[in-house]
Amino acid sequence: MLLEVKDLRVRAEDKEILKGLSLSVETGQVHAIMGPNGSGKSTLARVLAGHPGYEVVSGSVTYDGKDLLALQPEERAREGVFMAFQYPVEIAGINNTYFLKAALNAIRKHRGEQELDAVEFMQLVRAKAKALEIDQAMLTRSVNEGFSGGEKKRNEIFQMAVLEPRLGILDETDSGLDIDALKIVAHGVNALRSPDRAIVVVTHYQRLLNYIVPDIVHVLNDGRIVRSGGKELALELEEKGYGWTDAPAAAVGSR
Amino acid sequence: MPVAERHESYVSSFEAFCRAPEAGPEWLRAGREAAFARFLDRGFPTTRDEEWRFTNVAPIAGMSFERARAAAISREALAVLSFRAEAAAEVVVVNGRLSPTLSSFDALPAGVTVKSLREHWQTSARPDEDSSKGRSAASATTAFSDLNFAFAEDGVVIDVAPKTVVTSPIHVLFVSVGGPVPAMVSPRLIVTAGDQSQVSVIESYAGIGDGVTFANAVTDLRVGPNAIVDHVKIQREQATAFHLAQMAARLDRAGTLTSHAITFGGRIARNDIFAVLDGEGAECVLNGLYVADGETLVDTHTTIDHAKPHCPSHELYKGILDGRAKAVFNGKIIVRPDAQKTDAKQTNKALLLTDDAQINTKPQLEIFADDVKCTHGAAIGQLDEDQLFYLRARGIAEVDARNLLIHAFAADVLSGVKVDAVRERTMRWLEEKLRLPQA
Repeated sequence: MLLEVKDLRVRAEDKEILKGLSLSVETGQVHAIMGPNGSGKSTLARVLAGHPGYEVVSGSVTYDGKDLLALQPEERAREGVFMAFQYPVEIAGINNTYFLKAALNAIRKHRGEQELDAVEFMQLVRAKAKALEIDQAMLTRSVNEGFSGGEKKRNEIFQMAVLEPRLGILDETDSGLDIDALKIVAHGVNALRSPDRAIVVVTHYQRLLNYIVPDIVHVLNDGRIVRSGGKELALELEEKGYGWTDAPAAAVGSR
Repeated sequence: MPVAERHESYVSSFEAFCRAPEAGPEWLRAGREAAFARFLDRGFPTTRDEEWRFTNVAPIAGMSFERARAAAISREALAVLSFRAEAAAEVVVVNGRLSPTLSSFDALPAGVTVKSLREHWQTSARPDEDSSKGRSAASATTAFSDLNFAFAEDGVVIDVAPKTVVTSPIHVLFVSVGGPVPAMVSPRLIVTAGDQSQVSVIESYAGIGDGVTFANAVTDLRVGPNAIVDHVKIQREQATAFHLAQMAARLDRAGTLTSHAITFGGRIARNDIFAVLDGEGAECVLNGLYVADGETLVDTHTTIDHAKPHCPSHELYKGILDGRAKAVFNGKIIVRPDAQKTDAKQTNKALLLTDDAQINTKPQLEIFADDVKCTHGAAIGQLDEDQLFYLRARGIAEVDARNLLIHAFAADVLSGVKVDAVRERTMRWLEEKLRLPQA
């Protein structure tokens, strides 16, 4: 098991958001976590990435046999956890390429691999950038500065492609994307599907799942996973809305 | 206020100076006496003066400064301060006296003269109104500019003839050497850029030795019609140093001034910067970066006076404050009734790295024309938590992420500095000052 979340309770500013969430993700799988607004989807993604704004009250998260919650955000990233941000932050004055090279080399160093020099890095980047239609101008600009919504999301998946995580968590990567941008992003994610990697797609809408077809779909409601099933569950949700999942009925684990 | 007592050391110093040949020709001596009398009359400002509300100069007023003695410094000591490799000329002024042996004028093109102010004064048969009163290009005298004129025995005069273009910078380095008694130096720099000329000037202030020094500087920039002046001021003195500087610039028709003030502080470092846009289409950029730690106080007061129509001015000041450092920023913009189509933009940002660091910032707009665009903004804060998390979530260690964000904050101002070596060295000094890991 790559990721094992057990009975996780999380609070932010005195409000309990995750209320005993459990989730198991195997390497090679793509999971989709769906749920209405305020159900705790983004909180789950951010807690897994180590966002300092949340307090874990109880429960555990085991990642690759390690206690994930004990690790700093940067340690998690170096261990192969990657979250594509719902709202990627603009950082004026830090060059996108410089930033990504620093990130990749921090991760490579942690893995005991040789750090890449500028030439090797650019070779790697060019190949990956092309697939996500990231142009040269975007690479040389400041991180996310002046990027359109779609460019920011493409940049997130581009970073994921360069950093090659073992666990990719996509926090509403589809929100605000038009259909063309959505296809580019989905294509980028599909190219990253691999037996050595797990991907967790957090989304409000089923639409993205037409392009990134999940192995398992979970429904998150009021801080708990209330339903789990195959990809057809997403279609059912699309049809019936989230209302019918309210009753904390048989929450089927993914095991 | 017991003026006589507080200024006793200045009075005896001044009397001794006036008897010495360094005080210059008779007309100059008379000008000095008048300036000194004004200084005694006015006295040091107090925090009751609006312009000095947050900067208490009592530590300066309460200390007995002597006119700095002549001091010798070695070429080796100079090496870290020098921009000789980049410069068309480097003029070194030690304790207020130009040092011909440490200076070099080799690469100076025709049309540019760089000379000692003392020499200039001695050869001026009939001084103009301003020089006989020690007045600057763009402002009335102040207690400190009067004190400077009373005691300034030397300085640097740069004249750029019309249509002359000097692309390599001219570096003027003022070194204050501290000694057993607190020493006052009175640096003076006058730059005149003729019609359609272009010049780049680096004006830097450095301190050597342990004694307390007080640099009371006056800089005068006259930007002729269509002239382009690029100016950088670097202030980097000892932690015990006092630095009070007044820079005044007057811009003629379509003249352009780009000025960057890089300030690393001392005990008190205050910059008063005046720019008068005195011809149609004149344009000025006044940018600044200050970095302070410990108990340093850095105060910047700028005044941009839009006197004529169609003049843009841009102002970006950024500060990084660590430890218990304090900063003051006051940005005044005056738009005169004539100055229609003024386009003035002022931005002031400060990064507070500790809870004890503090800043007082105030825009001050005085607009008397109706068809103008004036904007101002201030942002004071700590490092952005969201940005830090974003960098860390990609594997970058917290210390490196902080470092990156601090560099980026400073780079925003430094990117406008044209001389590469100034940008690069400033970043290194910033790293040293803030004890950041070297990039």
